[in-house]
Amino acid sequence: MSNDYGALTRDGLWKNNVVFSQMLALCPLLAVTGTATNGLGMGLASTFVMILSSFAVSISRDMITNEVRIPVFVLIIATLVTLVDMSMNAWLHDLHKVLGIFIPLIVTNCAILGRVESFASRNAIFPSTYDGLMMGLGFTLALVSLGLAREIIGSGTIFANASLLLGESFAFLEITLIPEYKGFLLSILPPGGFLVLGFILAGKRLLDRRIEKRSVTRQSINLEHATTAS
Amino acid sequence: MTELKKPAYMNRIAYHATLLGAFTALSTILLVMGNKGTAEEIKKQLLEDTRKSISQVIPRAIHDNNILDDKIQIKHQDRDITVYRARLKQKITAVAYQVRGLGYGGEILIIIGVKIDGSILGVRVLKHSETPGLGDKIEVKKDPWIYSFDGLSLRNNPDNEWAVKKDSGRFDQFSGATITPRAVVNAVKGGLDFFKAYRLQLVDQDNKIDHKEDSANEQ
Repeated sequence: MSNDYGALTRDGLWKNNVVFSQMLALCPLLAVTGTATNGLGMGLASTFVMILSSFAVSISRDMITNEVRIPVFVLIIATLVTLVDMSMNAWLHDLHKVLGIFIPLIVTNCAILGRVESFASRNAIFPSTYDGLMMGLGFTLALVSLGLAREIIGSGTIFANASLLLGESFAFLEITLIPEYKGFLLSILPPGGFLVLGFILAGKRLLDRRIEKRSVTRQSINLEHATTAS
Repeated sequence: MTELKKPAYMNRIAYHATLLGAFTALSTILLVMGNKGTAEEIKKQLLEDTRKSISQVIPRAIHDNNILDDKIQIKHQDRDITVYRARLKQKITAVAYQVRGLGYGGEILIIIGVKIDGSILGVRVLKHSETPGLGDKIEVKKDPWIYSFDGLSLRNNPDNEWAVKKDSGRFDQFSGATITPRAVVNAVKGGLDFFKAYRLQLVDQDNKIDHKEDSANEQ
């Protein structure tokens, strides 16, 4: 585990992304990503919980013994999720009505427990909190991109109802791409979620491979330069 | 966990128990505080939800009271139904209450507004988990279907007409979804039956009292 923030950022957002690489948290992912807005709301709530739980676990990591660590972690995460649930119900009520049943499910988001256990319980406060933030943002990225793809294919809009989440000033995000679109039901239903996720994963692998190839060719060019120079 | 040598007391069971207990106590405190801090706001939001849903089925023009404050509980088939009453100049003009139907994806929660002559002012689906794109046409946002109830009553629409066209009734079903509209139709019909059964309690008694008071004032 490195404490290099650049590496943590890359890890969280891309290389070790909760969804795209670790393939964790697929249940909430597939359940809420019918629209990009729902994905964003779920992502932000999860990120918030991830940051706080990483912080809380890291701060108390020297006290917690190996034997009771899992119940303590679960307790911390569950408490935070309940607090988020209550505050959303109070202050983001309309969004809560949409995401309501999925918020308590953040507790069972194995990505949070997994990250807390593998990173926050072994690292200092700042790297842990930062890691929580990056992992959360990576999860949000996955949720929003999947939500966007499914929403565009499924209902022909982008960020429908975004003003519920972000306030009226963000109403400009709500774009109807294809007016009078009849909708493509499959994309909004869970099977569509799996399909779109599959395509996104394939795309990511392809991109990774291309990047790898490029760096390999660059290395060999450098080598050639070195040999000709000598 | 870190591989540093931990102090010996950390290996005792009492330590584990205390640790777990302390964390439990801490989170309990946090949760109580959170609950205290949000309870009022949540209550306000839920009231606002109810108000919004009622205003969809009872037009502003036929009441001048605060409907939310004028509610009575009726026990009907082991279920407490809260009936909100709209009044114009003290007289009850309409009532609104929730009914439930069992759709394809589970329970459908419906609010229905009924004029005191027993005709429907409006019906709206508040909550459902029907298939998107098929069954969700019961939402007013998606389809005007739900307006087909407006103005109907048990009198102007006989019993056998309270069904979808497939069951030789008068209401359209949706292509690919019959269970959902059938559930809504049945629930609304049940709502009207409920009004008929409790009409005396809901409206007549109260309006009679008001009437007496009014005439007493006039004398």
